[in-house]
Amino acid sequence: MAHAHTVKRHKGLMDWLTTVDHKKIAILYLIAGGFFFGIGGIEALLIRVQLAKPMNDFVTAQQFNELITMHGTTMIFLGVMPVIFALMNAVIPLQIGARDVAFPFLNSLGFWTFLFGGLLLNLSWILGGAPDAGWTSYTPLSSTTYSLTHGVDFYTIGLQIAGLGTLIGGINFLATIITMRAPGMSFMRMPMFTWTTFVTSTMILFAFPAITVGLVLLTFDRILGANFFDVAQGGNPVLWQHIFWIFGHPEVYILILPAFGVISEVVSTFSRKRLFGYSSMVFATILIAFLGFMVWAHHMFTTGMGPVANALFSIATMLIAVPTGIKIFNWLFTMWGGQIRFTTANLFASGFIPTFVMGGVTGVMLASAPADYQYHDTYFVVAHFHYVIVGGLVLGLFAGLHYWWPKMFGRVLNEKLGKVEFWTFIIGFHMTFFVQHFLGLIGMQRRVFTYLPNQGFDTMNLVSTIGAFLMGVGVIIFLVNVVLSFRQPKGVAGDVWEDGRTLEWAIASPPPEYNFKQTPLVRGIDAFWKEKMAGNKEMTPAEPVGPIHMPSPTILPFMMSVGLFIAGLGFMFTNDDFGNSVLNFLFGKYIITGLGLAITFGCMLLRSLFDDHGWHIDPDELNDKEVKAS
Amino acid sequence: MTGYTTCLYIPEKKTEKWGRSMMKPWKAVKRLVPLFAGLSLLLSACGREDLSVLRPQGTVAEEQLGLIKLSITIMVAVMLIVFGIAAFVWIKFRRKPGQNEVPKQVEGNFKLEVIWTAIPLVLVLILAVATVQKVFAFGENYSADKNAVKVKVTSHLFWWEFSYPDYGITTAQDLVIPTGKKIALELKTADVLHSFWVPSLAGKTDTNTDGTINNAWIEAKNEGVYLGKCAELCGPSHAFMEFKVKAVSDDEFNAWVDAMKAPAVLPEDPAVAEVFKNQCLTCHAVGDQGGPIGPNLTGIGSRESVASILLNAEGEGNYVGSKPAKDNMKEWLMDPQAVKPGNKMPSPKEDLGLTDDEINAIAQYLADYKLSY
Amino acid sequence: MSTPHPQQAAGALPHEPEKATLEGRNKVLGFWLFLGGESVLFGTLFATFLTLRNQVADGPSASELFSLPMTAAATFILLVSSLTSVFAIQAMHRGNRTSLARWLGVTVVLGLAFLILEIYEFAEYIIHDGYGMTTSAFSSAFYTLVGFHGAHVLFGILWISILIGQLFKKGLTVVTAPKIYVSAMYWHFIDVVWVFIFTVVYLLGKVVG
Repeated sequence: MAHAHTVKRHKGLMDWLTTVDHKKIAILYLIAGGFFFGIGGIEALLIRVQLAKPMNDFVTAQQFNELITMHGTTMIFLGVMPVIFALMNAVIPLQIGARDVAFPFLNSLGFWTFLFGGLLLNLSWILGGAPDAGWTSYTPLSSTTYSLTHGVDFYTIGLQIAGLGTLIGGINFLATIITMRAPGMSFMRMPMFTWTTFVTSTMILFAFPAITVGLVLLTFDRILGANFFDVAQGGNPVLWQHIFWIFGHPEVYILILPAFGVISEVVSTFSRKRLFGYSSMVFATILIAFLGFMVWAHHMFTTGMGPVANALFSIATMLIAVPTGIKIFNWLFTMWGGQIRFTTANLFASGFIPTFVMGGVTGVMLASAPADYQYHDTYFVVAHFHYVIVGGLVLGLFAGLHYWWPKMFGRVLNEKLGKVEFWTFIIGFHMTFFVQHFLGLIGMQRRVFTYLPNQGFDTMNLVSTIGAFLMGVGVIIFLVNVVLSFRQPKGVAGDVWEDGRTLEWAIASPPPEYNFKQTPLVRGIDAFWKEKMAGNKEMTPAEPVGPIHMPSPTILPFMMSVGLFIAGLGFMFTNDDFGNSVLNFLFGKYIITGLGLAITFGCMLLRSLFDDHGWHIDPDELNDKEVKAS
Repeated sequence: MTGYTTCLYIPEKKTEKWGRSMMKPWKAVKRLVPLFAGLSLLLSACGREDLSVLRPQGTVAEEQLGLIKLSITIMVAVMLIVFGIAAFVWIKFRRKPGQNEVPKQVEGNFKLEVIWTAIPLVLVLILAVATVQKVFAFGENYSADKNAVKVKVTSHLFWWEFSYPDYGITTAQDLVIPTGKKIALELKTADVLHSFWVPSLAGKTDTNTDGTINNAWIEAKNEGVYLGKCAELCGPSHAFMEFKVKAVSDDEFNAWVDAMKAPAVLPEDPAVAEVFKNQCLTCHAVGDQGGPIGPNLTGIGSRESVASILLNAEGEGNYVGSKPAKDNMKEWLMDPQAVKPGNKMPSPKEDLGLTDDEINAIAQYLADYKLSY
Repeated sequence: MSTPHPQQAAGALPHEPEKATLEGRNKVLGFWLFLGGESVLFGTLFATFLTLRNQVADGPSASELFSLPMTAAATFILLVSSLTSVFAIQAMHRGNRTSLARWLGVTVVLGLAFLILEIYEFAEYIIHDGYGMTTSAFSSAFYTLVGFHGAHVLFGILWISILIGQLFKKGLTVVTAPKIYVSAMYWHFIDVVWVFIFTVVYLLGKVVG
């Protein structure tokens, strides 16, 4: 094994562009996700400023529609999804005792396609106008007849590219969890976050191709003149709604399940108790995922599907309350009889429970179709899904970030500041969204750029706007906390919370490049806790110390994504007249599109022709690093 | 104090009650009954009578509110149980200083797990039964019913067209209906998707394109003017795509139909009439004259608003901030885009070349064009 | 990067070389998952086609348009190519590189024949009948579904051709074997999709109308 280090190692920016290390990719996801989350947040604040008083003219009607479209799209696809992927990348290989993911190359490709898709979508702000047909982009409003700018093209093509990244990520985590688990870690010994990642990845695999097709059809309608949604030529706008929500509803569970996983880990750790009802938790997760694919049409109760369909989809939707309830009670009884420590992470997890329950019960209310005829497309719905996505998912993500921050960066976030951040954020959150339930019930429909005075909407809207700014303050405190954390020296204890239960706490913070010097032997659920209870300080190794095989860094994923970005941009402007014969030729004859695709497929060819055998870290070097690390 | 501010206090009252019931859990059930009664009272006091889901004025909206109350009751109960357990756990099982023994690692409890699977299932079933009943009741199609009044609703960017096939009349923006009768609606769109919503009378129905046309019904119990809104994002002026439902007595309704059928009244001044005919009637109609592209203007002076958001002082809705119909009409005609961004009407001044005097005269004529009923 | 793999140096190849290494097993599993996603992709396209297949607007309907003998021939060709790719994998399991390359070659040629027939069919409709993507909702759905499949066939042909080249350059190893194995999985998958296309698009269109 004398051929170690034949691989070129990069430094600085090139290191980040070429990395295939899941821990570094996690950080990339976190930075990019945080960036887009910030953009989406600013959009949210602009929306709330516009709605602070009746007949406000802070933004125009057109700008407002662009803001709400981009706020929704950015937050869901580019804000929270990547942060979820950041946590998955940072934690999953460690939790299952693996040295890396199954496909390090694809992992990097998934990140870069997501990033370039997101950048393409946001380029719309400076290239003629953002999409304006809502994040659902219902046809015919999103057709070229009614949406005149390239906005919706940026939406369809940007999301296709970003969605490709998500799909790749999903496949990667599925394969990783199936094949890369350490010896002894059976499926029913996997930590809950690994389980929810597994189920979420399955949902991604089956949901994302559907929206990809929908987006392709809409792109073809808009650019090639196809007639999928053009009624005059026999098309069917309701078809778009079905395709969108067949993806869209599973997407909701794709978002929330990882948060369930985070909460399970955090609550259990800080109660010093194993997760109550682990098997029923697993069962509930799978059931939610399964039902999640059966209920898409509850977004379409007012579309006119007929009473039979409405009744069936109502009942199916209500049933989801049962497994969700199981989860809630399991968390409460995990804490029951424990020794609860309210760290910032656990505060967020504790705040999650009642907040998410409130979002959940309004969900059941919405499931009742005849009542939904009243709630549908009002602020009641806006309140509901923000309770679920912000009150559920975002609180879960904050809990996860505070919990795993030391593992990712080797530094702890300030606890005092964290508590201020929690209270500001959650009070702001309830202020913003609680009143919106009532706004909906007293007649305020959603997606309105302003409203007439004297309808009883004014006070509650003002309260909502103030709350939104409070949430903004909470996020800024978090950012300050992040900056401060980097002023500490790196390298806290491996089991920094002292009550770590799962494998990631058995190794250094941050972990070395190869994660585990020796693959650990798993002897039960909560493997590390079990060893600690048996009086061991470390995991029992399942193999002798030997050379560790590592994948080589590569720039190809980055280049492939650049290619897709160029191809997408080129395709979008196919029918434009630039008033310049060279540009018209380049875009109109698909030259730019072809060039982009050539880059992408060329990189694939290179990847196939030149095999990556990786490189090895020698055992003596492992011992060196051990010395350096400790 | 108006209804909606009362709404704001609900959460506080709730936590207060909940806090007390936590201290004396055995009294919780006793306390819950008046709480729910109080809650529904509070809810029914919320919002404007002609706009709020919580203050229904028609059969469908009443039954919908019934269902909403049932589900809110169940859900508040669930929330109280969860919040109660959570608060208890958080307080009771905090880690005390110096506490360091390892708590018992409980794997689960089959009995408990069965209970919290079964009870939600039962609650869901209760709601499901009520849901299915109402789904079919509201899905009834009355378009073949002889006693029902049939109305074809066509939505446009950003206005509403109502035609009565049995009477051969078409109007816009104000849907006039008799009280106590079922109104059988057939809803479709002329462009993008919209959604027809009169919160105090009934929930929404989308107006789809040809091929997926919807039917729905409403029924107003009391005379009055109710606010209607578009509830599906349809473009810049989605927020302003409002309409009114005017519920009148049977006699008044018949009188209105007759007045609508009467021959069109044109401006008295022949010069104004000429401009009106050449410029306005290419798209709009009065009586049997003109075109179908824009809103029908027959008797527009009797309507509640101009362009749905400029409220008329003469209207029966008694709106705060309303202005005389003529002023509203003039404001609209001087610059339609300023009132409703993105609307499809050409600017009388910029595009059609009307002078200020002509606009003034036409505004006066339209404001005076009233129907007697 | 050019260091020989230990097993390759030893010269002996296991019976199922595609599953000999963790990388190989991951590749096969990952590809199964990918095909799961592809199924949803084509499933959605099929659903779209079924919704719109009678929406012909002013254009011709399916029964006026299609000629069954030609598509039946295309179907036959593609089915045979599936069989030849099975022979290729059998040859691989025997460790017979020459036979493997030969059967892969036959598969590529058959795939090309299929693709030429499809291009001919499209050209016939577009140039001869003036029947394009923009004619009707049915035509959009038809070209998108069948075109997506055609693009998959094209990709498969290029992919397998490149693998034949690698087979000669690098030999049959635990690195090249998984690649060949997953390309065969891919080829079977697009065959199965075609069987559905033939049934749902052509037979249903021609017979039921």
